[in-house]
Formats: sequence, C-alpha cells, structure tokens
Amino acid sequence: MSSAVDHHDDHHGPVTLKDGFGKWVMRWISTTNHKDLGTLYLWFAFIMFFVGGAMALVIRAELFEPGMQFVQPEFFNQMTAMHALVMIFGAVMPAFVGLANWMIPMMIGCSDLALPRVNNWGFWILPFAFTILLSTLFVPGGAPAAGWTMYPPLSLQTSNAFPMLIFSVHLMGISSITGAINVVVTILNMRAPGMTLLKMPLFVWTWLITAYLLIATMPVLAGAVTMLLTDKYFGTSFFSASGGGDPVMFQHIFWFFGHPEVYILILPAFGIVSTIIPTFARKTLFGYDSMVYATASIAFLSFIVWAHHMFTAGMPVAAELFFMFSTMLIAVPTGVKVFNWVATMWRGSMTFETPMLFAVAFVFLFTIGGFSGLMLAIAPVDFQYHDTYFVVAHFHYVLVPGAVFAIMGGVYYWLPKWTGVMYNEKLGKLHFWLTAIFVNVTFFPMHFSGLAGMPRRIPDYAVQFADFNMWSSIGAFGFGFAQLIFLWVVVQSCLKKGEAATSRVWEGAHGLEWTVPSPAPYHTFEEPPMIADAEITAVHDEPAKA
Amino acid sequence: MTAGIAALLYGVMGYLNGSSFVTIPVIVGSLLLISMVVIWFRDIIHESESGLYNKQVDATYRWGMSWFIFSEVMFFAAFFGALYYARMISVPWLGGENVLTNEYLWKGFEGGWPTNGPSDLGGEFSTISAWGIPFLNTCLLVASGVTFEIAHHALKEEKRAKCIAAMVATIALGAVFMYYQMHEYAEAYGHLNLTLGSGVYGSTFFMLTGFHGMHVTLGVIMLTVMTIRIALGHFTKDQHFGFEAVGWYWHFVDVVWIGLFIFVYVA
Amino acid sequence: MKRAVSASLLGLLPGSALALQWNLTEGVTEISREVYGLHMLIFGLCVVIGIGVFGVMFYSVFMHRKSKGAKPANFHESMTVEVIWTVIPFVILIGMAIPAAGTLIKMEDASDADMTVKITGYQWMWEYEYLDSGVHFYSRLDAEADRARQTGSGADVAAIDNYLLEVDNRVVLPVGKKIRFLLTAHDVLHAWYVPDLAVKKDAVPGFVREIWTKIDEPGIYRGQCAELCGRDHGFMPIVVEALPQDEYDQWVASQTGGATTDVPADMEAEATDAAEQQVAMASDAEPEAEQADAADSAPAEMGKDELMAAGEKAYKTNCSVCHKDTGQGMPPAFPSLVGSAVVGGEPAAQIQQVINGKNAMPPFGHLSDTDIAAVITYTRNSWGNDSGVVQPADVAAQR
Ligand code: HEA
Ligand code: HEA
Ligand code: HEC
Ligand code: CUA
Ligand SMILES: [Cu+2]
Repeated sequence: MSSAVDHHDDHHGPVTLKDGFGKWVMRWISTTNHKDLGTLYLWFAFIMFFVGGAMALVIRAELFEPGMQFVQPEFFNQMTAMHALVMIFGAVMPAFVGLANWMIPMMIGCSDLALPRVNNWGFWILPFAFTILLSTLFVPGGAPAAGWTMYPPLSLQTSNAFPMLIFSVHLMGISSITGAINVVVTILNMRAPGMTLLKMPLFVWTWLITAYLLIATMPVLAGAVTMLLTDKYFGTSFFSASGGGDPVMFQHIFWFFGHPEVYILILPAFGIVSTIIPTFARKTLFGYDSMVYATASIAFLSFIVWAHHMFTAGMPVAAELFFMFSTMLIAVPTGVKVFNWVATMWRGSMTFETPMLFAVAFVFLFTIGGFSGLMLAIAPVDFQYHDTYFVVAHFHYVLVPGAVFAIMGGVYYWLPKWTGVMYNEKLGKLHFWLTAIFVNVTFFPMHFSGLAGMPRRIPDYAVQFADFNMWSSIGAFGFGFAQLIFLWVVVQSCLKKGEAATSRVWEGAHGLEWTVPSPAPYHTFEEPPMIADAEITAVHDEPAKA
Repeated sequence: MTAGIAALLYGVMGYLNGSSFVTIPVIVGSLLLISMVVIWFRDIIHESESGLYNKQVDATYRWGMSWFIFSEVMFFAAFFGALYYARMISVPWLGGENVLTNEYLWKGFEGGWPTNGPSDLGGEFSTISAWGIPFLNTCLLVASGVTFEIAHHALKEEKRAKCIAAMVATIALGAVFMYYQMHEYAEAYGHLNLTLGSGVYGSTFFMLTGFHGMHVTLGVIMLTVMTIRIALGHFTKDQHFGFEAVGWYWHFVDVVWIGLFIFVYVA
Repeated sequence: MKRAVSASLLGLLPGSALALQWNLTEGVTEISREVYGLHMLIFGLCVVIGIGVFGVMFYSVFMHRKSKGAKPANFHESMTVEVIWTVIPFVILIGMAIPAAGTLIKMEDASDADMTVKITGYQWMWEYEYLDSGVHFYSRLDAEADRARQTGSGADVAAIDNYLLEVDNRVVLPVGKKIRFLLTAHDVLHAWYVPDLAVKKDAVPGFVREIWTKIDEPGIYRGQCAELCGRDHGFMPIVVEALPQDEYDQWVASQTGGATTDVPADMEAEATDAAEQQVAMASDAEPEAEQADAADSAPAEMGKDELMAAGEKAYKTNCSVCHKDTGQGMPPAFPSLVGSAVVGGEPAAQIQQVINGKNAMPPFGHLSDTDIAAVITYTRNSWGNDSGVVQPADVAAQR
C-alpha cells in the first residue's frame, strides 16, 4: 500500500470540480491522500463543532433564568449527553486527527501515511457513526439522556436509542483505533533519513503518545459499552447488584478509558502550542527533551488516576488516597510544560499574529483549568465540588480555551500552507478577542455557581444561582457568534481570497512543512528530503535564528 | 464497507428494539461487508504478489499488526478487569465485607465464587470443571500453536507440502477446539443451567469465552485463507508477512485462552 | 416570554445581590470547616503560583516584543532550572497532600455513631428510615415548586420561597450527635449532597454506603441530588433540619405517637395532619408507603373520562420512563403493559404493585389515591387494553 500502488490520482493533480461533479464527489469518497483526508476530517470536525455548539446553546438558553421555559427536562438531559459526545468524539478528536493527517507526513518528510486505505476507511466511518448518533434525536423515546458517561442503571433506561448509542460508540472507537495505528506506524516507520526520534517536532511526539493512549483505551470503552448492551438485552448482570455485579464497576472501566481520553484531547494541543510559541517568539523551544519526557509522564500517569472521577462513588480509603496522590502528581509534568512555554517566550522577540494570540491565551487559560483540576484532585474537597458546576468550569477551561483554542491556533497557523493564501488577519484578531472574552464570560461564573452548590446536569435551578447563569448564557451566545467569524475567515481562505502566502509563511517558522510551497502540492516528499538540521524546529544545539 | 457495516448495524439495532424490518438490512449489510473485505484483501494480496512491497512496507505491516493486537489485548483486558472486579470487589462487598450491605439489603448473602448474586438470578447452576474438556481444549490450542510453528519453519525451508500438512493440522485443531466449545455451551445451557443470565458468573464466563471463541473462529478462517494461498504458491521463504501476521494473531488467541483457562476455569 | 425575562431581570438583581454566594460554604460541622480550610489553602497556593507564572509570562509578552526592538536570546536548555521547577511543585504538592489525607481519613470513619438513618434514593424522591426510633417517611419536592417548575408554567419562580430547595418532609436531625447515614438507592444512581455538612456520596442500587455527620448548629440546611438520575434529577432536593436534642426528641415522639418503637400504625394518623405528609411506621426495613391523606380518605366516584385524562398525565409523569408512552415498555427489563396479565387481571394485584413496587419497579405509594386510580384506569383502557375502571376508593381499600 505504498503510494506507488495508489491508483488514479497519482502523479497528477487531484480531480477538481471542473472535471465533473460526480468525479469530484468520488475523489473525496475514495481519496487516500493524507491532505484530502486531513481536509475532510477538519471540515467534519468543524460541522460537528457547530452541531455540538448549537446543543450547548439550547442548554444555555434554558439555563438563562430559573424556571423551565423552553424544553422538557428529558430533552435537556438529551442535549447535555449529546453535546458532550458530539464535541468530544465529533469535534475535538477528528480535528486533531485532521491536523495529524495534514501535518505529520509533511513534518517528518514522508509522502503519505503508512496505511492510506485504512485512513480513508477510518474517516468514512465517522459520518455514519454520527448519523446514527444524531438520528437518535428522532427515534421514539429520544436520544440518550444519561450523560456522556453513560452510567448504568440510568443508561439502561434509554429506549430505542440505546443500541444506536452503543454501536455509534463502537464505530467511533474503530475509527479512532485505525487512525491511531496509522499515526503510530507512520511515525515509527516512515521518517525521512536523519529525522531521529528526538528531532521530531513536538506535535509529532505528542501525537505519537496520544495514538498510544487511543490504542490502549478505545478498546476498553468498546468493552464497557458492550457489557452495557448485553446487560440490557441479553440478561447479563455486570452492572446489577442483584446478580453480583456492580454499577460502579462500569464507572471504573469507563474512567480507565475516560481519563486517558481527556489527555487524548489535550496532548496534541500541547504539541500545537509548542510549535506556535517558538515561531512567534523567534526562539527555539525551551527544554525540548524535558517536554518529551513530560508528555510521556503525563500519559503514563493518566492510566493510574482514573478513580478521581469517582471519589464520591464509594471506595476504600486506601484507594481514595492512592488516586488523590497520583492525580496530584500530574501537576508536576504539566507544570514543566507550562514553565517551558513561558521560558520560551522569555527574552524572545515576539509578535502576536492570531495563532500566537491563541497560543498565549491557551497557556494562560489552560493553566487556570489545570489549577481547578488540582483542586478537584483533593479528595476531601472534591466531595464538595463533585458534580457541581465547579467541575463544569474546570473541564470547559481545559477543553475550550485548552483544546479548542489550540486547534484554532493551529488552523490559523497552517491555513496559509493549506490554501496558499493568507487569512484575513484583522478578522482573525477580532475572532480571537471576542472568543477569548466570551469564553471567560461563559465559563468563569461557573466556578462561582459550582462553589455555591449548583449541581450539574440540571435543567432548572434555585434562584440564588440566577446571576451566574445569566452571565454564562450571555457569554455562550457571544462565543457562538464569534465562531461565525471564524467560519467566514476559513471559508474565505479556502476560496483563495487573500494575499498569496510564501512557502515559509511565518518569519520564525522552522520545520519541513515550510520547505514546500504554499499551497502544499498534492504530493509532497515523494522522495525523502535531506534533513538539514537547521530546518527542524527542535534542533538541539542549533542557535535560534532571528 | 462502511455502508455495509452501517446496514448491518441498522438491522441489529432494529432487532434489539423489536422491529420487524430487520432481515433485509442484516443480509444486505453482511454481504456488502464480506464482499468489501474480500475485495480489499484481494487487492493487498495482489499487491504483495506483484512484488510491490519493500522493506518499509513490510515494517509498516509489522508495526500495524502489533498495534492491532495490542488493541485486542486491551479489549480483553476490559473483560478480565470485569471478572477481577466482580470476584475481588463487588461480590465480597455484597457479602458484607465492607459496610453491612448484606444486613440491610440482601439478608444473609454470603458472597463466594461462583455466584449468581444475591437474587439468585437464573436459578441454581453448576460450573464446568476445568480438568475435563477445558483442559483438553488448552492442550489443543497449545498444540495448534506448535503445529503452526512447524508450518512456519517448513515455509522458511521451502517445504511446501509439509507446510500445508502442518497448516491443515493447525486448522483441524482449531476446529476441534471450536467443536468442543460449542459442546460445552450446549452442556452449560442444557444441563448445568449455566446461562448468560446466571448472574455475574454467567456474564463473565460467556462474555470472555464467547469473545475468545469469536476470535478463534476468525483465526481459523484466516488460517484457511493462508493455507489456500500457500497451496496456490504464494509467499516466499523470506517474504511472507501475511502468513506471520496470522501466526501472531493465532498465538495471541492462544495466550488469551491460557489466561481464560487459569482465571475462568481453574482459579 | 419577553415580559417574563425582563420581569425576572428586574426582580432578581436587587434580591440576589444580597444573596450572591461566591465561595464554598464554611458549613456547620467540624469536617466542613476543615474542608473549607483545605479549599482555601489550595486555592491560595494556586493563586500564588498563578501570579508568579502569569506575571513572568505577561512581563515577557509586554517587554519582549519585536516591536519594542527585542532581540531573541539564544538559550533553550538548562538542566538546573528544569530540576528546580520539577522539585518545587512537587514539594508544594506534598504540603497539600498531608492535610488533605488527614481530613479524608476522618471523613471516611463512620464508627461510633450515636444514631443511624437509612437513606434510599428513588426516581425522584428520598426515603428516610431512622433505624433507632423507627421513624420513616418519604421526602419529595415541595408541591408549589413542583407545579411552578413544569415547562412553560409561566410561574414567577423568584416569588417562591426556596424554589427547588424545599421538600414536603424534612429530615430532622439532632445537633451534637454523630449521625451515621446508610445510603442506598432503589432504581438508579443518586447522590445525597448537603453542602453545609460537606457530605456527598453516591447512592448505589444494591449497595450500602456509609457516611456520617455531626452538626454543630441548629438550622435548616439545603442540598440536592447530585448524580444524574433521569428526567427529574434536578427536582429531588434534600432539606435537613437540625434541632437541639430536646426538640428533636419531641419531633421523634410526634412522629411515632409518643413511644419510640413499635407503635401500632393507626396511632399515627393524628400526628400527621399536613395534607402531604406521608409518615409510616417501619420497625423493619420494608418500605411501605402509608398515606394519611385527609382529602383522599373519602374519595368521590369519578367518571371514566376524567380518570383517563388524569391518568394519562400521571402516566406520562411517572410511568412512561420505563413502560414508554406506547405501554410497550422495554422488555425484558421493563415489561409491556399491553395485554399484560396484571393489567388484565384483578385490579387489587395491580393496585398493590403500583403502591408497593416490585423488584426494579419503584413504589408509587406517595401518589394520591386519585392519581393511582387514574393511572391504573389509564393503563387498563389504553393501547387496546380493556379491563375496566378503578376508583380512588378501590385504591384506598388496598392501602
Ligand atoms: C482536556 C481535558 C482535561 C485536562 C487536561 C484535565 C486535567 C486535569 N484534571 Fe480534569 N476533567 C476533564 C478534562 C480534563 N482534565 C473532564 C472532561 C472532566 C469531567 C468529566 C465528567 O465528569 O463529565 C474532568 C474532571 C476532573 C476531575 C473529577 C471531578 C469530579 O467529577 O468530581 C478531577 C479530579 O481530580 C480532575 C482533575 C484534573 C487534574 C489534576 C488535571 C491536571 O492534568 C491539570 C494539571 C495542570 C496544572 C496543575 C496547571 C499547570 C501547572 C503548573 C503551573 C505547575 C505548578 C502547579 C502546582 C504545583 C499547583 N478533572
Ligand atoms: C470538547 C468538548 C466541549 C466543548 C468544546 C464544549 C463547549 C461548550 N459547552 Fe460543554 N460540555 C462538554 C464538553 C464540551 N463543551 C462535556 C464533556 C460536558 C459534560 C456532559 C455531561 O454532563 O455528560 C459538557 C457540558 C456542558 C454544560 C453542562 C450541562 C449540564 O450539566 O447540564 C454546559 C452548560 O452550560 C456546557 C456549555 C458549553 C458551551 C456554552 C460551549 C461553547 O464553547 C460552545 C460554543 C460553540 C458554539 C456556540 C457553536 C457556534 C454555532 C453557532 C453560533 C451557530 C448555531 C448554529 C445553528 C443553530 C445551526 N457544556
Ligand atoms: C423505574 C421503572 C418503572 C416505573 C417508573 C414504573 N414501572 Fe411498572 N414495572 C417496572 C418493572 C421493572 C416491572 C416488572 C416488575 C417485575 O415483575 O419484576 C414493572 C411491572 C409493572 C406492571 C406489571 C406488568 C406485568 O405484566 O408483569 C404494571 C401493571 C406496571 N408496572 C404499572 C406501572 C405503572 C402504572 C406505573 C406508573 C405509576 C409504573 N409501572 C411505573 C418498572 C417501572
Ligand atoms: Cu436523584 Cu439525581
Ligand atoms: Cu480525569
């Protein structure tokens, strides 16, 4: 399956709309080109971001003021569960896979991913998976409403949507696993000569580790939901006490997947930020080796902290202590990363184009989310925080100004490379500032409502939480509006409206992807490039260039 | 391919929800799926036979297969984890080890293993003794691992006939294993009253052995394809990763069974 | 709609400015104060670290700009600083972990309790059984709030006292006593959460969890169910009323008709005057809802249409999660009511099942006789079922 055997579109440009609509559609359906698939993944993620965001807006509209105005409680719960599933599995993960598809081969100097056909297949599973998932909104009994965590026995009360939920999760799992295997194999096996492991850009490193997490945990999720399925339809009693099982067992298995999952959602973001900051600080990334080791430590630790989501579920004290300590430990390697980013900025020569703005905001706001995470890790205090809006505040800080900001930064950063034109910097900045302001208006008050005792996953609340919720709702709509600007900017770029971009695009950019023209030709690095160390961002003893 | 899966799943979902429009999607979906898999593998085989594979592609397949097997390991790990949790944590807890759950909710429940839980779900049942058929099955699978290696060596030494013979033996051993496994299931359902519904013991027992059985089935199919390919003269003495990959898979299935034998049957 | 929004905007601002609570409560137990202390400690440390990190970051963001002529420095590695900023956070973390571990161990030690209350979560109410005195009742969302919270009710919720945080029957507890709670659930997961007591624990069906508290000050402490439990998860509050020991004893006496244990059930009728009060005697752990509802004691004959209309509503609220709007349920877990033997058979059996529940089906004894009669009538005359009308009096006879 090397590119040599890839049929049709080899060694000539891709089919375009001009060659006929049918052909054009077939090109996208059957493409095995990593750039095409990257584009597909990214657009898919973008659409899902809007779908999931629209659901969040339903939530925020209902929570705008106390009292039930718009929806039934059951529908509200459906929105909460679907919002999270769509955002995590439909928006953030595919966006990262899209970036990996586009950038990893160009960063390590190979022509395509190792298994292009698997790649095509992995992508095309997703639209089916999400069609199944989203169509649950229209089946009798409605969509799953037991949270994205699907805890039994509540999730077993789901009606017709239940098998659809389970199978769509299976499909997402298959898609992620194939994608991850592809990434691992590409990185381990297809690097251009001279691209040693410790010279790889950090984005490649973080993805390598993320892929490992995916392969290790997605099958566990598949196992967990399979047991749910048999509990509901085949009379097993894994999660029912009357047969000797335990509902809490599901939580252990789920979070064994779920906690590494949240790092799956953040490690590639770390990689993107570690790429953007040196470029705009015009300085080599500080502490490359320690960044790699820190990422690996985070991944390792992520497997032994899962039960911090279950402090209130009831465990022996010894177990609670263990999970508390191990969770707190994660602050150390994450701290190393934060300090290294700051040290990279220190005495740099910085400019603040949109990607850099997002990266700086990432460091600031992600760290705030990390701090609240650390507070949650303190088990005795988590008894107060757990399942309140404090948790909602925590994870939106790490997910939205964390993962999503990194993705947006990455999109601005590489967009000129993809499209060949510069995006509209003015609108980009406007998008950034609106987004950054509203994200805080939305999620900061949630810390307060959570501390004041407002439980999460409720469609209506006591009057004393009203002010905080009103701010959050206003912020959410503002945030949503700002994303329309983003959409506009991206579409304009895709339509090639804008100044032509040079191949290097950013003055301080290093890395193989900048050695090819913009837009990147359909096929790059058919012949492995000669690696000039100066071209790689993370060179060891190479002085930074101004 | 995806369309095939989708149609198949659609049918199964319908079935689970008790809908009547089930058979057609299931059949169409399965056919689509199978034909796509066949076409896909035919392409790959074709490519490999046309000598298109270099070292790098070979390494790609090796890595790919290793990681795939690793993901399978984790899949089984989830079920072994469930078994561990039920035996070591939930059943003792229900039996009153922590907080007196058995005093307030399940009066007099004592735990212990095997169990169908405090509600005695599915009624009395007996378990399958490890030292009868399961032990025999262990021997069969281990033996099949050995015969596979014989075939592998034969292939390397370019003794095709011997290779095929050893492969046939491997397949036969796998098939006998499957036959015995079916027999055990029939026994369990028919005489021992051990079913999926027999509380958490039945659940873990059938889940683990069932998924293992599915893997054996798949393994046997793949072994058969390999044998046919050898008979057709495919593979050379140093270019036969497809064959080795199936071998890895088969050994993996073997190892899982040994885990099963120890933790499900013996312990 | 617009009017409602602006009304509440206006109505809320002055009132809530007083009540706005920004931080965690200190609570009213030794533990809750320790927890508050931990919270503030860790929060403080994070703020200090944050000021340090962000200070450096923003300093360089403002000072080391290209536009200010900054030239990039060359350094990009230093073992020394890497070690420093690995070790210092580690030390800080140990400083947090030690007190946290101490508090955690205390919180999990429920031994030597003075009294025990068993709490059971239902979709969507709480059941309380005082194992020492035999007091036993259910506690659900206050009726006024329950009406106001229906979608589109248009009610001005700000005008309701303790909207969503009031119940019909409060859990009354003595101050200064170590109270052990045994927590379990009947159907799905719930969590019993009262911030002022710093208590939150999941109620897991089929398992018992232990928690405890020792309240220092008399008062009313409000909390909510904190684990998603389905449709009305947001509507199952918890209200603890802490009383001095003597008042508490009086309360127990009033609940049990004077004696502390084993009082005949008929004596309680006088004690429970409030219309919604459901207090039942239970010296064992059998949940049996007994209703002393004056309004229902002499129920009137009702017409079938009336029953069917009320029944449909009650069905949609209470039953359709499991048995579905179509009555077909989700077999095998939730049986179909279409053509069911119970629905087609003697009314008495069905009434018993609805009042008392059966296995995974929760009891609905807290519903009024009228509602139960209506819902049963509805199931008996829908989806092709045809097995007659049940009157409130029939239900009352089965209580
Ligand atoms: C991108 C996703 C992401 C990331 C990166 C994190 C990061 C962390 N999370 Fe979070 N978390 C979620 C996503 C994420 N989380 C989600 C989705 C949930 C809710 C799931 C659900 O229930 O639906 C959740 C819930 C959650 C809980 C459960 C809360 C509850 O339900 O009661 C806990 C508890 O320990 C926790 C802890 C942490 C910790 C300690 C980190 C750490 O990794 C953070 C480390 C970072 C820092 C600490 C900041 C930088 C460090 C320094 C500057 C060094 C110096 C600092 C100190 C020494 C303090 N998280
Ligand atoms: C990556 C993950 C991710 C992302 C990006 C988001 C983004 C957002 N989330 Fe998310 N959220 C989760 C993951 C995520 N969330 C998870 C895991 C949960 C827990 C679920 C559970 O409890 O099980 C959760 C729960 C959750 C809740 C709690 C619900 C509850 O407990 O009942 C709330 C409430 O405000 C909320 C709000 C938001 C908002 C306002 C955004 C905003 O950032 C979204 C902004 C985006 C848009 C607004 C899109 C813009 C689109 C338009 C403006 C056009 C509209 C289009 C049409 C109408 C066609 N989320
Ligand atoms: C939480 C889920 C749940 C709710 C809510 C619920 N039920 Fe049930 N119901 C069950 C289960 C489970 C059974 C089977 C009990 C058993 O036999 O073990 C059942 C059985 C029944 C049966 C007997 C059916 C048969 O053929 O055995 C009737 C009648 C019934 N329910 C009526 C009602 C009515 C009326 C309501 C509402 C007031 C209601 N149920 C609410 C779960 C529920
Ligand atoms: Cu009970 Cu939520
Ligand atoms: Cu976690």
